[in-house]
Amino acid sequence: MTLTKFLSHYRTLNLLSILLFIGLWQGLALYLSDNSLPTPATVAEVFWQETLSGQLPYHLGMTLLRLISSFVVAMLLGCAIGILLGRNQKLDVFFDNWLVIFLNIPALVTIILCYVWFGLVESAAILAVVINKLPNVVVTIREGTRALDKDLLEMARCYRFSKLKTLRHVIWPQLHPFVMGATRSGLALIWKIILVVELLGRSNGMGYQLHLFFQLFDVAGILAYTIAFVAVIQVIELLILKPLDRKAGRWRR
Amino acid sequence: MTAITVDIINKSYPAAGQAGLHRAIADLKLSLPSNEFICLVGPSGCGKTTLLNIIAGLDQDYSGEITVEQQHKAPKIGYVFQNPRLLPWRTVRENITLTLPSDYDPKTVDALLETMQLTQAQHVYPERLSLGMSRRVSIIRAFAVDPDVLLMDEPFVSLDAPTARQVRELLIGLWQQRPHTVLFVTHDLREAIALADRLIFLSPPPMQSLSEIRVDIPRDIRDDETAIEAFRQKLLQDHPEIRALL
Repeated sequence: MTLTKFLSHYRTLNLLSILLFIGLWQGLALYLSDNSLPTPATVAEVFWQETLSGQLPYHLGMTLLRLISSFVVAMLLGCAIGILLGRNQKLDVFFDNWLVIFLNIPALVTIILCYVWFGLVESAAILAVVINKLPNVVVTIREGTRALDKDLLEMARCYRFSKLKTLRHVIWPQLHPFVMGATRSGLALIWKIILVVELLGRSNGMGYQLHLFFQLFDVAGILAYTIAFVAVIQVIELLILKPLDRKAGRWRR
Repeated sequence: MTAITVDIINKSYPAAGQAGLHRAIADLKLSLPSNEFICLVGPSGCGKTTLLNIIAGLDQDYSGEITVEQQHKAPKIGYVFQNPRLLPWRTVRENITLTLPSDYDPKTVDALLETMQLTQAQHVYPERLSLGMSRRVSIIRAFAVDPDVLLMDEPFVSLDAPTARQVRELLIGLWQQRPHTVLFVTHDLREAIALADRLIFLSPPPMQSLSEIRVDIPRDIRDDETAIEAFRQKLLQDHPEIRALL
């Protein structure tokens, strides 16, 4: 195989880019030879130790649990409200201002307020994440609902589709790309907010643990947890989101 | 029994941007007896589709009254739209069966697919179909619901001549088997004469009914081109106002 042909494989390119990234990291770490940037090998070592001791799986698990519950609540509520606003112009005009307000409240403010008002409890933590995520989902799904094909909706009305049938066969497939968009941007957003929530008011989870490492100035620990974090997101993308995309897109030419 | 009386006093589209208020229908009175095959003939853009949408109950923004007489229950409507309006994410067969009640008989769908030569394509997604095939699917969909009123909006446009003839024969066959009221929109006078019991000629907007003409050619010689052509010539001679329309 010639070099150009070798390079033209996307898989090879992917692998090369990761290798280059690790190589750069290694080079920089060796050049600095300082505790503030440990080598990849050191980080891998810490990662392994933390996994064996059960610390990393425990804290990662707690964070994942919070992620899933807040994500599910935000998506369900967001889709329902988004479809409602997209279909009903009066409601949309009325609640548009609310949406703008909630979209622009900084995440930190909602987190602090939730803890102040409801105490340092689990439900307050989840609520804070949901409030941060919800407006984004609503806006995305509302756009999708506005863009629904009127011809197909008329067809459904003419042939007396029930509400449920219309939702399942006419509306949902059209909203699917928007839901996937909201899911992807939502996961990324929630991950980041959830760490702050944990840092400020929980005694377990990734955010709590990272805070601890920060106080100990343990950069290797921070990097090890970060890698675990990124890996989990990649797994979700590959095992759940990509197959969903493929399944939903099979009717396309 | 499904007689329809149409009495539309006014239907207009509000002004939007550069386009001013458009008065689509003014004082249109039609009485469509039960089980008749009626062709609506008029120039394009005269508001035929608007009329069908109003009768189908899709457009409620008009002043006037439509009564669809039907004993006991609301009439079932089959509507062949101008564009096929299939759900692209459902297969051909699913598109048809979705409109049916859950206890439908698969054999009727099979038979319709076979007649329309779509048996091969029944599990294909609509984006892979040609426009002509999609059209045939939407015609099957309308037939399959066993409609009391069948609305057809230029359904045979873009079908090739042999298929169009075949679908036309199928349509007449089905209609004779199980009579129902058919409203068929076209701007092809020959096609209208070949199909209809009655022709209704419509004016450019604001749309009104210009004249109603009964087609008295017996059903069994409707495929005779010369009879149709003779009827058409006579029609155009007797009604010069129609000549101006077409």
